[in-house]
Amino acid sequence: MEHFFKDIKQYFPYSVVAARSQLKSEVANSYLNWIWWILDPVCFMLIYTFIFGYVFNSREPYFPIFIFIGLSMWDFFNRTLTNSVKIVKNNKSIVSKVYLPKYILILTKLWVNGFKMMISFGVVLLMMVVWRTPVSWTFLFFTPVLVVLGIFTFGCASHLMHYGVYVEDLSNVVSILLRFTFYLTGIFYNIEKKIPGWGSLLNRYNPIAYLITAMRDCLLYRNAPSLPLLAFWLFIGLIISSLGIRRIYLEENSYVKVI
Amino acid sequence: MADYAIEVKDLCIHYRGLKSYYIKKSLLSGKRERAEIFEAVKHVSFSVQEGEILGVVGKNGSGKSTILNAIAGIFAPNAGSIDLHGHSVSLLSIGVGFHKELSGRENILLSGMLLGFSEKQVQARMEEIIAFSELGEFIEAPVRTYSSGMYSKLAFSITAILETDIILIDEVLSVGDAKFRKKSYGKMKELIDDDKRTVLIVSHSSDTLRGLCDRILWIDKGKVVQYGDTEAVLNAYEEFMR
Repeated sequence: MEHFFKDIKQYFPYSVVAARSQLKSEVANSYLNWIWWILDPVCFMLIYTFIFGYVFNSREPYFPIFIFIGLSMWDFFNRTLTNSVKIVKNNKSIVSKVYLPKYILILTKLWVNGFKMMISFGVVLLMMVVWRTPVSWTFLFFTPVLVVLGIFTFGCASHLMHYGVYVEDLSNVVSILLRFTFYLTGIFYNIEKKIPGWGSLLNRYNPIAYLITAMRDCLLYRNAPSLPLLAFWLFIGLIISSLGIRRIYLEENSYVKVI
Repeated sequence: MADYAIEVKDLCIHYRGLKSYYIKKSLLSGKRERAEIFEAVKHVSFSVQEGEILGVVGKNGSGKSTILNAIAGIFAPNAGSIDLHGHSVSLLSIGVGFHKELSGRENILLSGMLLGFSEKQVQARMEEIIAFSELGEFIEAPVRTYSSGMYSKLAFSITAILETDIILIDEVLSVGDAKFRKKSYGKMKELIDDDKRTVLIVSHSSDTLRGLCDRILWIDKGKVVQYGDTEAVLNAYEEFMR
C-alpha cells in the first residue's frame, strides 16, 4: 500500500505527460486533426439516432442526447479495456528498457480516453443548450458518476492487462465479451423499458448500464441517482482495482520475459 | 572498507515458458504444455564499490544483458538478491519510449520522466541535452524523420546529461559518427571520473574496456568465470576467445 502511494506520487506526472504526448501524436498527421475526436462520436450518434429513432421508432425524450451520453461513456470503457489487453506488448520499448509500475500504462490510457470523453461531453453540453433541457441541481452528480466509472474501468483494465501478457488471443475473447456487454448496456435504447423484468435487474447489476443510466438521469431527467448503488459500485471498483494493482506488483517483473 | 553501490548475491534468473499461452490451443489440445526453464544466470555474486567502473565481458547469450536488466529493476531475480543501497540507476539504452510522431524536444521530456526525473528537472537541463546531441533545429522535427545516427545521438545525450548514481551501459558506446563517438567517449570518461558514480559497462571491445574500467567481470553460460583486475581478466578472456 505504501509502495503504491510512493509510486503513484513519482509516476503520476509521467502518466499525464505521456497521455498528452499520445494525444498529440495521434493527431499529428491527420488533416482534420482533433476535429476527429468530435466528429467520431457525433457521426455514430447520428447513425444510431437514425436507426433507432426512425427505423425502430424509439420514443425517449431528447433521444440524440440520450444516445450521445451513452456512447461517450461506453467508448471510454470500451477503448480503455481494448487498449489494455495488448498494452504491455505495445509498450515493449519502454517496458524492456526501464522499470515503471505497469499500471501506469493503463493510467496513461485512462487519461487519453478520458480526455476524449470530456470532449464528447462538451458536445453533450452544447446539445443540452440547443435542446433547452431543464437545468437542475442533479448536475452535481456528473463528477461522482464519472469517478466511479473511471475507477471501475481501471480495475477491469488492470486484470485484462495482466492476462493479456500471457494469453495471446485474449483480445478476441475480450472483443466478443465487450460487444455482448454493449448490447446489454442500452446505449441506444432504454434498457428498463425494452427488456421487461430482466431490464431493471440488468440496469442494477451491469455497472456500465447503471452508470450510464445514472448520468442520463442526472443530466436530462432531473433524477438523482441512487446513492447506495453508486457507493456500492465505487466499493466494487476499488476492490477490483486494488486486487489488480496487487497482482501487477507481484508479477510485473516477469512480463518482460514473456514479451 | 569502502561503501558498496551494488551488491549482487547468489543471483539466479530463469526464463520460463517463453511461449505464450493461447486459449484456442488449449481448447483444442486440452492440455497445457510444460514450460521449459532456461537458466540465464546461475548463482552469480559480485559487488561493486561506489565510484568504481566495472566492465562485463562474455560471449553473446552468456547472460550479461540479463544481469544488467536485473540490476536496472526491469525484471526480478528468481533467487538471490540485488542491493543498490538506495542509489538511483538508469540503463543507458537507445530510445526509451520515443514517440515517433513527436519532436525530439518532447521526447526528451518523456524519456527523462521515465528515468524518474521531474518535469522541472528535465526542463532545466533541456538545452544542455539538445546542445550535446548536436541535433540543432532538427530537435523540433518529429523523431520519425531522424536518421538512425541522430536517433541514437539523442538517446545517448538524454542519459548522459541526466545523470543517475549508477549507470548501466549496454554496448552503446559506438554511437553516431566518428566525431560524436569521440565526444561521447569523452563524456563517458567525464561521467566515470566522478568519484561518486558507479558504472557497469557491457562491451565486446577490449580497447574500450581497457581505457575505462577498474575491474572486469567475465561471465560465461550464466556463471562467473573470473572477476578481478582489468588486465588480468581481459588477457585471460582474449586467450579464451581466440
